[in-house]
Amino acid sequence: MKLYCLSGHPTLPCNVLKFKSTTIMLDCGLDTTSVLNFLPLPLVHSPRLSKLPGWVSKDGTINLEKELKECAGRVFVDSQPEFCLPERELLDLSTIDVILISNYHCMMALPYITEHTGFTGTVYATEPTLQIGRLLMEELVNFMERVPKAQSATCWKNKEIQRMLPGPLKDAVEVWTWKRCYSMQEVNSALSKVQLVGYSQKVELFGAVQISPLSSGYSLGSSNWIIQSHHEKVSYVSGSSLLTTHPQPMDQSSLKNSDVLILTGLTQMPTANPDGMLGEFCSNLAMTIRAGGNVLVPCYSSGVIYDLLECLYQFIESANLGTTPFYFISPVANSSLEFSQIFAEWLCHNKQTKVYLPEPPFPHAELIQTNKLKHYPSIHGDFSSEFRQPCVVFTGHPSLRFGDVVHFMELWGKSSLNTIIFTEPDFSYLDALAPYQPLAMKCVYCPIDTRLNFHQVSKLLKEVQPLHVVCPEQYTQPPLSQSHRSDLMLELQPPPMPYRRCSVLNLPFRRRYERVYILPELANSLVPSEIKPGTSVATVSAVLHSKDNKHTLQSVPKPPPAPPTKKRKRVIEEPPVVLAPKPLLSGAVPLEAFLATLQKHGISEVKVEETADGHILHLQAEDTLIQLEEDGTHIVCDNNEPLRTTLRDLVLRFLQKL
Amino acid sequence: GCFLLLWYNSQLCESNECSFIFNTYLFPLQGAGQDVGRSCILVSIGGKNIMLDCGMHMGYNDDRRFPDFSYITQNGRLTEFLDCVIISHFHLDHCGALPYMSEMVGYDGPIYMTHPTKAICPILLEDFRKITVDKKGETNFFTSQMIKDCMKKVIPLNLHQTVQVDDELEIKAYYAGHVLGAAMVHIKVGSESVVYTGDYNMTPDRHLGAAWIDKCRPDILISESTYATTIRDSKRCRERDFLKKVHESIERGGKVLIPVFALGRAQELCILLETFWERMNLKAPIYFSTGLTEKANHYYKLFITWTNQKIRKTFVQRNMFEFKHIKAFDRSYADNPGPMVVFATPGMLHAGQSLQIFKKWAGNEKNMVIMPGYCVQGTIGHKILNGQRKLEMEGRATVRKLSFTFTLTFFLLCNLDVKLQVEYMSFSAHADAKGIMQLIRMAEPRNMLLVHGEAVKMEFLKGKIEQEFSINCYMPANGETTTVTTNPSVPVDISLNLLKREMALGGPLPDPKKPRTMHGTLIMKENSLKLVSSEQALKELGLNEHQLRFTCRVQLQDPHSDPDTLHRIYTHLKSVLKGYTIQHLPDGTVMVESIVIKVSSSAEDPNTKVLLLSWSYQVTFLRC
Repeated sequence: MKLYCLSGHPTLPCNVLKFKSTTIMLDCGLDTTSVLNFLPLPLVHSPRLSKLPGWVSKDGTINLEKELKECAGRVFVDSQPEFCLPERELLDLSTIDVILISNYHCMMALPYITEHTGFTGTVYATEPTLQIGRLLMEELVNFMERVPKAQSATCWKNKEIQRMLPGPLKDAVEVWTWKRCYSMQEVNSALSKVQLVGYSQKVELFGAVQISPLSSGYSLGSSNWIIQSHHEKVSYVSGSSLLTTHPQPMDQSSLKNSDVLILTGLTQMPTANPDGMLGEFCSNLAMTIRAGGNVLVPCYSSGVIYDLLECLYQFIESANLGTTPFYFISPVANSSLEFSQIFAEWLCHNKQTKVYLPEPPFPHAELIQTNKLKHYPSIHGDFSSEFRQPCVVFTGHPSLRFGDVVHFMELWGKSSLNTIIFTEPDFSYLDALAPYQPLAMKCVYCPIDTRLNFHQVSKLLKEVQPLHVVCPEQYTQPPLSQSHRSDLMLELQPPPMPYRRCSVLNLPFRRRYERVYILPELANSLVPSEIKPGTSVATVSAVLHSKDNKHTLQSVPKPPPAPPTKKRKRVIEEPPVVLAPKPLLSGAVPLEAFLATLQKHGISEVKVEETADGHILHLQAEDTLIQLEEDGTHIVCDNNEPLRTTLRDLVLRFLQKL
Repeated sequence: GCFLLLWYNSQLCESNECSFIFNTYLFPLQGAGQDVGRSCILVSIGGKNIMLDCGMHMGYNDDRRFPDFSYITQNGRLTEFLDCVIISHFHLDHCGALPYMSEMVGYDGPIYMTHPTKAICPILLEDFRKITVDKKGETNFFTSQMIKDCMKKVIPLNLHQTVQVDDELEIKAYYAGHVLGAAMVHIKVGSESVVYTGDYNMTPDRHLGAAWIDKCRPDILISESTYATTIRDSKRCRERDFLKKVHESIERGGKVLIPVFALGRAQELCILLETFWERMNLKAPIYFSTGLTEKANHYYKLFITWTNQKIRKTFVQRNMFEFKHIKAFDRSYADNPGPMVVFATPGMLHAGQSLQIFKKWAGNEKNMVIMPGYCVQGTIGHKILNGQRKLEMEGRATVRKLSFTFTLTFFLLCNLDVKLQVEYMSFSAHADAKGIMQLIRMAEPRNMLLVHGEAVKMEFLKGKIEQEFSINCYMPANGETTTVTTNPSVPVDISLNLLKREMALGGPLPDPKKPRTMHGTLIMKENSLKLVSSEQALKELGLNEHQLRFTCRVQLQDPHSDPDTLHRIYTHLKSVLKGYTIQHLPDGTVMVESIVIKVSSSAEDPNTKVLLLSWSYQVTFLRC
């Protein structure tokens, strides 16, 4: 069993597991941090961005002023932003049988895999994962296609040139494999390959492996996966949470007894407490509004935003913000808010109870009804006429490189009254802000990452006790910035097996058994004998049939009766006579009892001689020797078949047959 | 009416012979034969007892309306006799007796139902309770608190989720169509399994999708058979017919009454009329009698994932359950002049608002009543559908038919002439004969069992099923006992070494003409069955092998030296025994496969050689 690691990003994994002749891709994460190297895509013409100076190397030998622009001492690529894809050379991706998706953040690379590699398999995901994943992809495509950029910068990727560029561009890896965003057509085609599954549903793959998603508590429909056969079990843990937010709680007990547990998607903010961050978010928001400023919250259109809105629902009245407009701007804002209300099965208990009343599970329905929260597909259209300040705007993309957020950065960046509050943990906020410097607006960093922290995960692992743990190498050492914090890493016995991008791991697995089905007819013919208390054995002679990875044992068919007439002279090919092999023997032959048995069968003239290991019996009348020892019996006689057979059967009476 | 109690037993005998014995007891409650009444089935499989549905009969108002649980136990609580209870959908003939069973008879184990059923079922139960106790003053009935306590025992079931009730018993729910949240359930213990369909529908309609199940090959498929003989024409035709009738009536200034139950068919017909009104730009008002309706529509909005694909796809742009043309009804509207369409509850015209409106409109031949579903015997709906044109309104006799939606008191004690047009449109979402056959094709059961239908129709279907699928079809009649034998195979863990050795020998495809036999030892210890090679079996059991060897002395005359004799034997055997491994070893032995041959000469006569042939008990290919 092998694990191919196609992504080095610990929270956006993409691994391929080869297990019992099936090839299973675990998640399909798209590393979007590469877009931080690009200039933002403004929705309306930005004089500031268009006036940025082009980049020329200090000695003047390299002139890339058309491709690279300089802003506040950093260099950015002026081109359509590109993403860092999972590794495509490590193995032939067309051989992948299935792709298992654990949550909607971990499927963003799906079109790249399913559409351009010859993939012909099936993708498995839960319904919320599919629906919300579709929204996020749709949003991404919309953000990109809304402001098409003719230019596609490639010169800077030249190895010789890249070497000369200032950091972080110089250190960017695999830049030649970076790709532009996919189209909506590719998204639709990719998602048409998704097969929906429910939690704890057991899906058979080719009769060899069974897969089953488990609730992981991180987001709507998020799952961990169990991949198992009758005798081996691999658990795949991706983004999971033990906090009580909106999703169904994490199913921990089903992870027990794993041979291998692949652990990914731990919190990216191990030192930031989500509850504390939420409090800080609210107080900063209130402070800015009271001072007459606007609040900008760059965020994804699904996920933590539901919790933020729920938190604000309770906070608004007490903080006297009842008249402040809250705007949610995204091409999928409406869909996201509507979809969140229809997944009762996938919600925590409290929210399910509300649906039974029947009331919408999330209070943002009420915020919308009372006009406190308004949502718009973009800043164009109705929004521009209805927009009032000061206000709070939730909009994407959290990288600040594309989407409506770019507009608000340009609009509000110059005033120190305004505040930008970062809640998404995926991007470094300093890097995100870099192309907007110098900036007057206040920046608050409250990353909310509800995924498991190191303390929770070590407790979990103690509980479920996998034999082996595989994890990204980042989890096996403390973060670079806090190298003294040994509590910010996984310490396990045996130590976890680390992987990085392009690793191929041999998983420590010893398969010893396989399931086989004995058909009733054969089962009825077996003769078990008790060999010791509670343990019986039966010898089995059967015909093995293997089909679709299912093995059955049938009775041996009786040889067909010989043709009754032999009128025609024909050489009948004798089928090779299949003689059942004789069983192995066990036990010992007791001397006295054996002598008695011999006597019964008319053999009375026996001379017994003691030897070092047992006895030698001389059957004088028959001129035969029988050597009886603890672990063997030897019958020596002349060519007398009937006698030998009799003696053999007498000996066998005392032995167990296996 | 009937109550079906089904015992279904299986046990693994010592010799791994498995059999199902299952007895069916049917307790007639009213007259004879099967008809559509209440559902409550007890299945016993692999030592587990499962109650499927816990319905009440709408035709009774005494003890007979509830199943007789004393068949399970005479002394009180059911908890220790049942492993779980599964409710297929929220109709009261499937869940109406649940609080009675769990709170009054006593059951504290798990009760499974889907989320929508869990949401809607307590509302219908409470409504039903109010009518029975508050309006009719009956006692010995469950209370509001009992409904709440009962619902606390409910564990919600998701579609396709495999729920492990305990270590051996697992259940899995499938989409059944019929009503919002309706489920079929696959129950499995070891390698034996049963599928119970509840009520289901194999054709998608305007608001729900079609039932679906995978090829789970259950030992028994228990299917409803309400429409056992009907093969309904296409849905489109029926819909067109329905719209045409409504339209014609409206055009001539008539009023149309459509008696419905608040949840289910009502939503489908509303969607149908709503789109028709929109398209034809019609102005005549459509009303929906209040009560559960608004709430009902809200459930449909929140459980939109349980509706059909089209509604699910477009719900963000346009929620099909927000109606523009359909308004809430007030009882005073019934006397308004001009045409109108009214949806009123309940559906069988046995009480409440629908019956009140019916009486007001029955005398005018311009009006029309459309019955969109099945009507239980004894209801006005049943009577008028059978062509009865003069109705005796017996007041209390009529109200005895239970409703779960509306007021029951009325005082008419007179004859009523029915002049309005009576139309029947089968919109009721049950599978028809074609649908039932389709489900059998999907699930591929080994045996079929029909319930919840009328005897004559079931007999017809039984014949068809047996003919087309060559499987046994049971139709439990009153007190009949049926025995079904199944033969599950026995799962065993085979050592990979043994399996691989075997596969390597034979290649992946077994040749049916040349069966190859494999040999091994089956070790049965506690609950595990392991098949290993004999050598491994010895090792695993910690036993020593006992070698049984034979040596045979053969004398022959040969003048050569001992080594020469041996070599001559070797050369001879080589030429005679083709295809065997024959070796001449340096230690002065010849081996034919594992048979050892040695030569020695007797001391007295060097020409007399003694041949020692030695072999072990396991040697089978040669007889010496």
